Amino acid sequence: MKFLSEYRDQRAAEQLAQQIWKKATRPWTIMEICGGQTHTIVKNGLEDLLPREITLVHGPGCPVCVTPIELIDKAVAIAHRPEVIFCSFGDMLRVPGSAKSLFDAKAEGADVRIVYSPLDALKLARTNPERQVVFFAVGFETTAPANAMAAWQADHDHIENFSLLVSHVLVPPAMEALLSSSNCVVQGFLAAGHVCTIMGYEEYFPIAERYKVPIVVTGFEPLDILDGILMTVSQLEEGRHEVENQYARATRREGNRPAQERIIEVFEVVNRQWRGLGEIPASGFQLRGRFQKYDANRRFPFSGEVAQESPECISGLILQGLKKPHQCPAFAVKCTPENPLGAPMVSSEGACAAYYHYGRRQNHDRQTNDRIQPELSGTPSR
Amino acid sequence: MCLAVPGRVVEIIDGGDAAFRVGKVDFGGIRKEVNLAYVPEAEIGKYVLVHVGFAISVIDEEEAKRVFQYLEELGAVKEELGEIPQ
Repeated sequence: MKFLSEYRDQRAAEQLAQQIWKKATRPWTIMEICGGQTHTIVKNGLEDLLPREITLVHGPGCPVCVTPIELIDKAVAIAHRPEVIFCSFGDMLRVPGSAKSLFDAKAEGADVRIVYSPLDALKLARTNPERQVVFFAVGFETTAPANAMAAWQADHDHIENFSLLVSHVLVPPAMEALLSSSNCVVQGFLAAGHVCTIMGYEEYFPIAERYKVPIVVTGFEPLDILDGILMTVSQLEEGRHEVENQYARATRREGNRPAQERIIEVFEVVNRQWRGLGEIPASGFQLRGRFQKYDANRRFPFSGEVAQESPECISGLILQGLKKPHQCPAFAVKCTPENPLGAPMVSSEGACAAYYHYGRRQNHDRQTNDRIQPELSGTPSR
Repeated sequence: MCLAVPGRVVEIIDGGDAAFRVGKVDFGGIRKEVNLAYVPEAEIGKYVLVHVGFAISVIDEEEAKRVFQYLEELGAVKEELGEIPQ
């Protein structure tokens, strides 16, 4: 498919990897923010193309993984109400709450439906006026314009039997939380391309400056990732810490203004709890002003107990890039996609699920890459 | 969840208010209805990036070639040095 398959070309990938080999003279640790990028890396074995100097650690950019366990419990409780049609992206269904997942609720008879778009949930509300349709509005900045539009259209068309259970999180505050932690190992970031497609990347300039860290806005295909790594390594080797855009075919510096305007109209910034990371100030969205009437939290009061995480799950360390999935004692033993202890084993963007599905288990602390890359001189610099 | 897929706009249906502007987008043979509210610059024949039923960007076809141009330059340099491009 155009603008997709050509970025999976193996020979081009090898050529880019060769340039990374040429550039890298010292050890560098780079974090890819987005779970979609993690999956591209693991699925395509991109780490095996890299020199041993480069370590990739996987970031917190999996909205499903960071949705608080209390909110899953709340979703399950709302889904069990007889008047409710509970709609969600498919990823959320198997995520374990403290006792149950939405999938369990569905098996017990709750009307839980997987939708592709929040507008599909809104359509269900239009066609089922006697039911309450609730959409689990989970996501990063990429998904916020879609969820904002669902609330906006509901308001515009006076659809009252629709609401959103909002768990929206923001990338830059999470990056700052990671960087300001004393045990931070990250020296450069591949920023999440589609988040920046919406928000632009001006917010990253002060972060790059304050923490002296290169940030390269990066796409999702194998060539994008390798190109992003090459740009990051070039900066690190040359002592630069700039914001650069690898994903210019889809992302502009100012982002998508019409989408930003709709987001600001519908949402306001609030503190958010991140599963595995704790509370991060000003790191999420909730419905504002006249849109609060669509807040499922207000419509369906819930007094759940404080939920407990599985003590064996180390997802917090994984989401901070401090551990890799196969370093968890429960990985692939007590914790599998069928019986997950934590969310990163469930989501299609979770690092644990990626390692599990693509066979990157124990023994995969990378072997020394002994291949000698051909020396080139006079190649164009980046 | 931040997955977005490129497709070609084949039809635009004006929905009155800009918030309801939709189009048909072709994804390698599969056509889906997509909300175009956030890409007022989208035209028939252009490629858009689609996420959960919304086009979020029009793909810049010149920028899309950049990495391949870079690799071509590398190839040209290799040839000059007497190496066979891979």
